[in-house]
Amino acid sequence: MLSPSKHGREARRAFEANWLARLGWLALAAYVFYAGSLLDLNWERLLLGLDNAGRLFGRMFPPDYSRWELLLKGMMESLEIAVLASFFGIAVSLPVGLLASRNMMPAWLTWPARMLIALCRSFHPVIVSILFVKAVGFGALAGILALVVASIGFIAKLFAEAIEEISLKQVEAVRSTGASMPNVLIFGVLPQVLARFIGFAAYQLDSNLRNSTMVGIVGAGGIGGTLFAAFQRFDYDFVLAILIAIIVTIMIGEILSARLRAVFQ
Amino acid sequence: MTAVAKAPAWERFTPRERFARFTVYLLTVAAVVTSLRTVEVIPEFLYDAPEQMMDLFRRMWPMDVGHYPQAIHAALVETIHIATLGTILSVLLALPIGVMAAGNVTPYPALNFIAKLLLVSSRSVNSLVWALVFVAVFGPGPLAGVFAIAFRSIGFVGKLFGEVLEEAHRGAIEALTAAGAPWVSVLRMGYWPQVKPAFWSIVMFRWDINVRESAVLGLVGAGGIGVVLDTALNLFHWDRVAMTLASIFGVVIFAEIVVTAIRRRVL
Repeated sequence: MLSPSKHGREARRAFEANWLARLGWLALAAYVFYAGSLLDLNWERLLLGLDNAGRLFGRMFPPDYSRWELLLKGMMESLEIAVLASFFGIAVSLPVGLLASRNMMPAWLTWPARMLIALCRSFHPVIVSILFVKAVGFGALAGILALVVASIGFIAKLFAEAIEEISLKQVEAVRSTGASMPNVLIFGVLPQVLARFIGFAAYQLDSNLRNSTMVGIVGAGGIGGTLFAAFQRFDYDFVLAILIAIIVTIMIGEILSARLRAVFQ
Repeated sequence: MTAVAKAPAWERFTPRERFARFTVYLLTVAAVVTSLRTVEVIPEFLYDAPEQMMDLFRRMWPMDVGHYPQAIHAALVETIHIATLGTILSVLLALPIGVMAAGNVTPYPALNFIAKLLLVSSRSVNSLVWALVFVAVFGPGPLAGVFAIAFRSIGFVGKLFGEVLEEAHRGAIEALTAAGAPWVSVLRMGYWPQVKPAFWSIVMFRWDINVRESAVLGLVGAGGIGVVLDTALNLFHWDRVAMTLASIFGVVIFAEIVVTAIRRRVL
């Protein structure tokens, strides 16, 4: 028995059992079983899949680099898509982000800009790619346009948030000297947000690089098309070669963007 | 002598910093120019783009609302289940890897490196590519989708969870170790209470992303609303495509509302 303390309350036991949390875990387990049965997930299929996976990996090794020219061409196109989409995406995001920042712009300008950003965010890049493939045909252009849209949705929002967090004292100081609007932006706003902008831009380049390896699946250019074709032809050793190339490229991209951020810290 | 050393003019950046910045600018311009010159874009296709867009919207409107009860609703529910089950599976797989990646919990650099390599590999391969792999493994269907979502999310959840673990305070952990607690108890009673809020917020954030991602997995046959979208696209039923896109939009908004509501109430 626990003795009542001076204040008439029972001393709290260390590591008391939390029945509500346990009930929650139980509910989660029940959901997993319910949803699993709904999607027809069972051990039989899982074991069959493991069997298949063994065979798949057997056919993947060793990776086949004999068609390296095709691989290189696809990777180059993916890189080009990523670079151009990042460049134009950031170029469009700068004004859009500025228009969406509520401390610099009037409400009748921020609302449409915010709507545009939300619209760009709401669809997955692959779905946007499908629409652009219909509009401008197969090829890298559709991929670039789709990733520009994705970039605006992500980075313009971050730009706007960064601008909203700046100190207005410097802006007012510049403004009080009679500076024009562009000068206020260049000397009052930009120095406060440049480092963060570069960080976001580096992140977006990373993210676009990842996505540019995928838009090819719907015909929007890059290594994704080659990968999809290799899958459909069951060339699993070439698939592994492509996957390794993608992973290495993205790792290098991550290291580069970390360096880039360090330069502008 | 009497001459006072002349103070050098103040400069904001050291020459080295300026050189680094200049190199970055130069490389950026070089990359953009090279890409612009070598990328294969057929400008003729661009001329009739507005026309094609108008044509697209004309075919999309009015939306085929009747398609919703027929096919879309069941597929949407399946998509949400894929996203949720995938998130749960990814958390189960990511927790041990995240623990392995945190240098303060696992003081073996070799293990840290292996864990980080696993996390980067998981993040580098896109969810659609993971879906292709798992369709080859499990055959077409939602099972492949669940695994694709899970394997793509491991990198994200594991990385963030590992970082949160590394930021945990030493106090409670040292107290437990001093009392002779085994490592399971140190993890459960020392680290877990500290990282719990961050953990739930990571999971909610990832679930939100996974709802978006699972909507397109069906394009490669991994179940969910993407299958309906793919069928409509292949048959050029643009009015059904429009209805499907509107439904996806609705689900994405729904997921965001759910996440914001839970965050506000619980965290």
